[in-house]
Amino acid sequence: MNRYAKDFPILKQEVNGNPLVYLDSSATSQKPFQVIEAVEQYYKENNSNVHRGVHTLGTRATDGYEGAREKIRRFINAGSVKEIIYTRGTTTALNIVAACYARARLQEGDEILISPSEHHSNLIPWQQAARATGAELKYFTLEPDGTLDLDKAKAMINERTKLVSVAQVSNVLGTIFPVKELAEMVHRYNGVLVVDGAQSVPHMKVDVQELDCDFLAFSGHKMAGPTGIGVLYGKESLLDEMEPFEYGGEMIDTVDLYESTWKELPWKFEGGTPNIAGAVGLGAAIDYLETVGMDEVDAHDRHLAAYALEKMGEVEGVTIYGPSTNRTGLITFNVDGVHPHDVATVLDAEGIAIRAGHHCCQPLMRWLDVSATARASFYLYNDEADIDRLVQGLQKTKEYFGNVLG
Amino acid sequence: MSLDDLYRRVIMDHYQKPRNRGRIEDGAVTVDLNNPTCGDKISVQMRIEDGKIEEAKFIGEGCSISLASASMMTEAVKGLSVEKALQLVDRFSEMVQGEEIDPEEFPLEDIEALQGVAKFPARIKCATLAWKALEQGAKESADQD
Repeated sequence: MNRYAKDFPILKQEVNGNPLVYLDSSATSQKPFQVIEAVEQYYKENNSNVHRGVHTLGTRATDGYEGAREKIRRFINAGSVKEIIYTRGTTTALNIVAACYARARLQEGDEILISPSEHHSNLIPWQQAARATGAELKYFTLEPDGTLDLDKAKAMINERTKLVSVAQVSNVLGTIFPVKELAEMVHRYNGVLVVDGAQSVPHMKVDVQELDCDFLAFSGHKMAGPTGIGVLYGKESLLDEMEPFEYGGEMIDTVDLYESTWKELPWKFEGGTPNIAGAVGLGAAIDYLETVGMDEVDAHDRHLAAYALEKMGEVEGVTIYGPSTNRTGLITFNVDGVHPHDVATVLDAEGIAIRAGHHCCQPLMRWLDVSATARASFYLYNDEADIDRLVQGLQKTKEYFGNVLG
Repeated sequence: MSLDDLYRRVIMDHYQKPRNRGRIEDGAVTVDLNNPTCGDKISVQMRIEDGKIEEAKFIGEGCSISLASASMMTEAVKGLSVEKALQLVDRFSEMVQGEEIDPEEFPLEDIEALQGVAKFPARIKCATLAWKALEQGAKESADQD
């Protein structure tokens, strides 16, 4: 067990008679006790609504909620807390940009540009926005290993390109997209770059000012935080001009019988009582990750990916998808002749948790010409021994299916 | 939890040598279903005459459990009345969720091998996909009569 695993109580258990090896962190990460205790403490000691009570608990809840916002700002190096909007997760964050930015500004003749490797959450909102506005949805062409060639990308970006949206890290291929270079290309024609950071923010240092992206969306639960809390970062000038996403309590300035005005940023986008405990938990997750150090997390995950590529590559009949270098901590694969569901069931019997299916990437599955794949994904609590167990599990899978299939 | 409870010999036999895999030339009701969480796809066809399922066939992609279950289903419903087939769909659904089936009511034969799915809750949807397609097709055809 590595030095961080001891902080994650859930990992200290047996599953189906074997010590648990959790290799599904790209779906959701596990939570350290520091996060679990922060949420528990919030409910035990400070629970109250935010921004309204005059009483002490109300102040504590507000401090916790807004304090976490400042931690998030610092974590991604945003210029101001006005640029940090709490959301339910990455999906909601991307939908806010599609609804409040794209739909309000795009029209026929404009183009939205995304990649065929996008998660459904960074694909369907643009499909729908294109339909509603008459803008055209276009796709980058990917190289055979799933990477993006910048010269080819450049040739697709022009004065019609009003919005480009890509995942910084693919949840299937582990590829890292050249987001900074894309931002520069898009800005040359006054378009905006939206970055789906669901798989990057948990695993590497992401600096929004350095990347110069216009929007960044990410989820708390993939970065050791609770479910149901996420973030939309947006440049203040853009957020300022956007209409609210949801109307109701919490986001208003004055309400009259026939018209109302909105609070300033970021609260304009936070209608209704927010996920306060989630925000507090996310703040604790950021504290935790910063104690480890994001460079350390990044190096650790990449090391495990390289180790897994090597070890899994030695198993005959295992096909690995995506590039052979410069990839983050996940490996998507198939075992010849065994459906990924069956692979996942055999591994589960060994106590090894992986994902099997289309990973919310049906267009990418068609691009790879497979109906489904298996995926093992790593985080700071995993180590080489976990990957050795996975490789043993794959050998067992092959043996088992070799036997039952006769 | 033993893998052998799930992957019984008769299941692997249906997976490797699926029965009634293919298309019915004409006069068939066709139902296409996906399992949106995992990407499994199945297309079930049935030829119904005078309220009786004369023939059922399927094509699709999926795991061993979903394809073996589809193969078994096409054998099990052949010759049954639509009404009886719909009852079997219900019994099957109960069986893979752990309930006992009265062998007097339905001779289960090969299908019995899928009882083990009940111990693998994540795989119940795999086992029931083809049966849901059959149910939908049989109900549609009953509504038309």
